[in-house]
Amino acid sequence: MHSVVAIKQVPDTSNVRINPETGTLIREGVPTIINPYDIHAVEMAVRIKEKFGGTVTVISMGPPKAMESLTECVEQGADRAILISDRRFGAADTLATSYVLAHTIEALLKEGPVDLLLFGKQAIDGDTGQVGPGVAARLQVPLLSNAVMIESFDPVARKAVIHRKIEQGVEVIETSLPALLTVEKEIATVKRASLSNVINAARYTPELWTGDLPVPFDPDQIGIKGSPTIVGKAFTPTPRGAGAILSVAEKGLSKTVADALAMIVEASVVTFQNHDGGRP
Amino acid sequence: MSEQVETSPPRIWVFIEQEEGRPHPVSWELLGAAQRLATELPGSVVEGVLLGHNVAGIAPEAYRYGAKRVYLIDDPILEPYRNLPYGHGVSNLVVKYQPEIFLFGATTLGRDLAGTIATRVHTGLTADCTELAIDPKLKILAATRPTFGGNLMATILCRKHRPQMATVRPRVLSMPEPLAESEGELLRETLDLHESDVPVRRIRLIPGKEQLNIEYADVIVAGGRGMGGPKGFKLLEELADSLGGVVGASRPVIDAGWLHHEHQVGQTGKTVRPKLYIAAGISGAVQHTVGMSGSNFILAINSDPKAPIFQMANASIVGDLYKVIPELIRQVKGINNGQ
Repeated sequence: MHSVVAIKQVPDTSNVRINPETGTLIREGVPTIINPYDIHAVEMAVRIKEKFGGTVTVISMGPPKAMESLTECVEQGADRAILISDRRFGAADTLATSYVLAHTIEALLKEGPVDLLLFGKQAIDGDTGQVGPGVAARLQVPLLSNAVMIESFDPVARKAVIHRKIEQGVEVIETSLPALLTVEKEIATVKRASLSNVINAARYTPELWTGDLPVPFDPDQIGIKGSPTIVGKAFTPTPRGAGAILSVAEKGLSKTVADALAMIVEASVVTFQNHDGGRP
Repeated sequence: MSEQVETSPPRIWVFIEQEEGRPHPVSWELLGAAQRLATELPGSVVEGVLLGHNVAGIAPEAYRYGAKRVYLIDDPILEPYRNLPYGHGVSNLVVKYQPEIFLFGATTLGRDLAGTIATRVHTGLTADCTELAIDPKLKILAATRPTFGGNLMATILCRKHRPQMATVRPRVLSMPEPLAESEGELLRETLDLHESDVPVRRIRLIPGKEQLNIEYADVIVAGGRGMGGPKGFKLLEELADSLGGVVGASRPVIDAGWLHHEHQVGQTGKTVRPKLYIAAGISGAVQHTVGMSGSNFILAINSDPKAPIFQMANASIVGDLYKVIPELIRQVKGINNGQ
């Protein structure tokens, strides 16, 4: 039983600031975290290992600093962690990223079978949610996006029943294994790292894979070269501009509210009518 | 799909999303956008792609929203949606007809499918765009999207690979007016796939507890951290009821468990563009405002006169929301009752 989890180290977007003059990201002093959805993917893989045995491998494409995030995954219970890092991977879009991750997983498949692939449903910096589906397409394994629960898992029959969140509710799907799941946070509640795992992590150094070693990547499919999309320009969003400020302290409650409602009526955005059907 | 010689007019494609035979309105919003793009791309044609079982009846509606032609794959394997057969069918159409641009709704289904297609046909895909345009010099799609939690906007170009793919969330684009009648051409295509080729099957569907369609509400009364707790949301519900609207919330409210995720507006929630958006106790972090800045009229209520939400609201009330909201309810009910 072998699960592979792909994670991304991301800037904590709730702390991101933009230089308003240049429209660029101020990276200094912005803390990096494991993409929040990915933590739940790691937790799910660890739960499966606890129940069925086997191993959990965590992989990440990113700069050397992402080693920290991989070590955190080992604290959480992963057995093996691989950082795929090379300057040539830089500026990759989702197509080039899915190539690097899929190629890494293919290399792991040569070592032995992989039963389950877990990704967060999206990363909070790019918010595309495209890398998981891309890897599934490349590896030609079933994709189950927005997974919220693994109802049953049978590594012997190589089948699983997965709940995934869709617009009409929750879809319950039976899939063959291996399959790739992109997970919502509900998939597993993250537990505090056990002392033994923390000790393991302290003694563990994640593996470093480069563009050439231990497996060569196709130079035409990585980084800028492998990315069909480019950023034409980046800018800060245009503000809408402030409207009228009405102060209760100055005008009194009733007048302030009446003025605000008058403006809404004036803008004719709402028709007032008895909506509450005669309820008291 | 790169470097294909153009032999036919540039095709601008829209994926017409349907489930259980019901088209998703985002499909019509995308057809509206596709028509605007077509005016900037001389000779181009707007076409729809429709997959499902017994769904041919949707095609005439697509014509009314501007599709000149609909490619239909009608097959029992395509009901309900599954990634593999849809990915197979749509990729084959792309290879066969070489569209220039291909737009999808950034719905659960659209995101699931678009990411698969882009990889299979090896092209670029820009997610969650807020604006689509044709770059006047390059004559290619300029797809603008928020990134880094809405702190930065980026315009993405896909220069050499085709189709240029993009997803757009429901309600980001305006809904076009349908034509009363419009002719179109239906082209039936085949799936060429057997059920035994699909290693995934739906066992059952657990319907959502409530079909809260916040994206398409005309009035949203939203609360934030400043509500102080779950109790105040009863008041917001009463105000929303009196205005024929629904209750929304910012992320801290959802994280605190005061309301279900379905109510969340913003970067990690829904994008809305109601006629009236009332923001109560919402400070106005960009993660929230990216989801509601398309509202026609924003009324903000906050006790903090420096709240950033005031910088974007049409009208702002500085005051205690536990006094302002009951007064709003009282006055709205008064107007409703013709007083």
